[in-house]
Amino acid sequence: MSKNEGKRLDTQAMPAKRFNKQLLIPLAALAALALFNLIVDPSFFKISIGENSAGDPVLSGYLITILDYGSELAILAIGMTLVTAASGGQDISVGAGIAIAGSVILRVVCGSEGSTEMQAPLIVAFLIACVVSMLFGAFNGTLVAYFKIQPMVATLILFTAGRSIAAWINNNELPTVADPSFAYFGGFFPGVPIPSPFFIAVACMIIIALVLKFTNLGLYTQAVGINGSSSRLNGINPEFIKFLSFVILGLCVAVAGFIKVSRLSTINYSVIAKDIEMDAILAVALGGNALSGGKFNMTASILGAYVIQFLTTTLYKMDVQSSALSAYKAIVVIALVVLSTPVVRSYISKFIKMIKPKKQEEVV
Amino acid sequence: MKKKLISVLLAMAMVFALAACGGGGESKEASDSGSADGLIKVGIINNDPNESGYRTANDKDLKAKFTEENGYDASFAYSLKNDEQITAAQKFIQDGVDYLILSAADVSGWDGVLQDAKDAGIRVILFDRTIKADPSLYEASIISDMDKEGKDAANWLKNQKLDSYNIIHLQGTMGSAAQQGRTSGLNTVAKKEGWNIVSQQTADWNAEKAQQIVQSAIDAKKKFNVIYAENDDMAKGAVQALDKARISHGVGKDVVIIGFDCNKWALEELKAKKWNYDGQCNPIQAGYIDNVIKKLQKGEKIEEKTIYLEEKGFDANEITDEDISKYGI
Repeated sequence: MSKNEGKRLDTQAMPAKRFNKQLLIPLAALAALALFNLIVDPSFFKISIGENSAGDPVLSGYLITILDYGSELAILAIGMTLVTAASGGQDISVGAGIAIAGSVILRVVCGSEGSTEMQAPLIVAFLIACVVSMLFGAFNGTLVAYFKIQPMVATLILFTAGRSIAAWINNNELPTVADPSFAYFGGFFPGVPIPSPFFIAVACMIIIALVLKFTNLGLYTQAVGINGSSSRLNGINPEFIKFLSFVILGLCVAVAGFIKVSRLSTINYSVIAKDIEMDAILAVALGGNALSGGKFNMTASILGAYVIQFLTTTLYKMDVQSSALSAYKAIVVIALVVLSTPVVRSYISKFIKMIKPKKQEEVV
Repeated sequence: MKKKLISVLLAMAMVFALAACGGGGESKEASDSGSADGLIKVGIINNDPNESGYRTANDKDLKAKFTEENGYDASFAYSLKNDEQITAAQKFIQDGVDYLILSAADVSGWDGVLQDAKDAGIRVILFDRTIKADPSLYEASIISDMDKEGKDAANWLKNQKLDSYNIIHLQGTMGSAAQQGRTSGLNTVAKKEGWNIVSQQTADWNAEKAQQIVQSAIDAKKKFNVIYAENDDMAKGAVQALDKARISHGVGKDVVIIGFDCNKWALEELKAKKWNYDGQCNPIQAGYIDNVIKKLQKGEKIEEKTIYLEEKGFDANEITDEDISKYGI
């Protein structure tokens, strides 16, 4: 009885409180990075308006760069959060998936002869890439949901084979698109000074926000992640929810892949979106989401993605050797993981209580 | 119990699936009885052909040369990682190949396995990339003179007689021979001439990373007028960032663009005068390897172990359509 009551209290009281607490981690990281940059060089925050080589006005500055380059990661973080919450594991094949999606787009756009003129409308290419990516997502999802293979092991298959598949789709050619309109989606639309990837990312965020608000996807995903068997008893099909989360991630991968190939109007199978899966997982972790599944906070994950890009851009600015970037990221991960362990958390809350005995809430 | 059984079966299926994936990188072109048919059995270890257009051309050339019609029984293994390449080499040694033909991912770490090959009587020919090992361990090393490539490019840059030299240097994956040679070529000349290297960063042959590095330099309002990218992809990424900020580049413009590898599309950029210089890195090497093997088969000795490939550099003002179709890859 008391146990039940405790649980009910938990579910009722938690959302509002948890929301704040979970957002705290990426926000604190963001604040720390911003503060660091403010001290080192305040010009970091300067945004200026210039022109690109087509003569269109564009905004430039580090903050714009962060919004621009963080887009793919933010989009991937959406799908990765759902996969993590539902299956309690991560998909490590998103980088390879991006290579496949990008390859499909170029294959459709350039045709089989690898011509540099557009052979098919872009929207068709994009939709086909979405379908292909969702099929690969469905493949991963089937292995995880119905064959009960650990997500990391199941997606290892595509992780290993994906880039070769991508190369095979285009017969190992490296097609280049000459049409400038192809580059709009990874650069700027004429007359719009804000980078287009940011708009695409925002569109994805709005869609997922609406989906989470008006459907039961969020609730069901969390229920499945917390306890699959009990969610089944409540009439949810846990296999299908897990499967669905991988398909949604597939869609996110297609969008991210589209931005990536549009950025350069070409593709390089072995290096496109290299190691992006680790960044996507890191974004989810930075958002304070348990990597073992269950409750999740989408906003926090997306913020996490931008924090990672913030960190990357800061390190580039500091002229840190780019080969050392991953080491710095690793330090951040360690710090976060340690900070989020229950042991440290209880110490921190004790410590805060000691300093401010009267205040019950943590101060942001 | 049943569940356990199923999971064990699944796990085994997984292992097989993974083993199949792992094996996917190697393809056997003929049966093991190769040497009995009078075919020369060769094991070719190369970098992933998807790495770049250069590698794709290199792999195509090798595949076209080492066929049964030409008297070869060839097996191929691909990896961008040194340890995986070493594993593949060990496998080829066990298979008892006659020649081990190797393009190493990394310059070091090869002594042990090459000694094994020597002990097994397998002759080793290096192509495309050199390694740090005792020369007695291999018969010949057919390589591009990366130092010369770098020096040629740097000397070309010197002859442009720019008012000032502020260079963004985009390096390849650190430790690779191409990176070391092209970097040292530039560094030597830059030091002598007192050029200013604004930023020296590795972009891992990756256009995206190059774009971000140059973007960061632009955001920081750093002054630069030369981009020295150690391959075409990185030069392309850099140009993308310049275009975004309306910084003009190419012949007679604000920023000089230097790339390497002579991809077809890069040479076309050169012809359009959007880039200034592209250094060749010759991927057509199978003929050289074939010659070495023929000599060794006849019992001749290879006098000069290091064989340099013929390579040139192209200036945007001098390049012709003929050059593009002949040297573009």
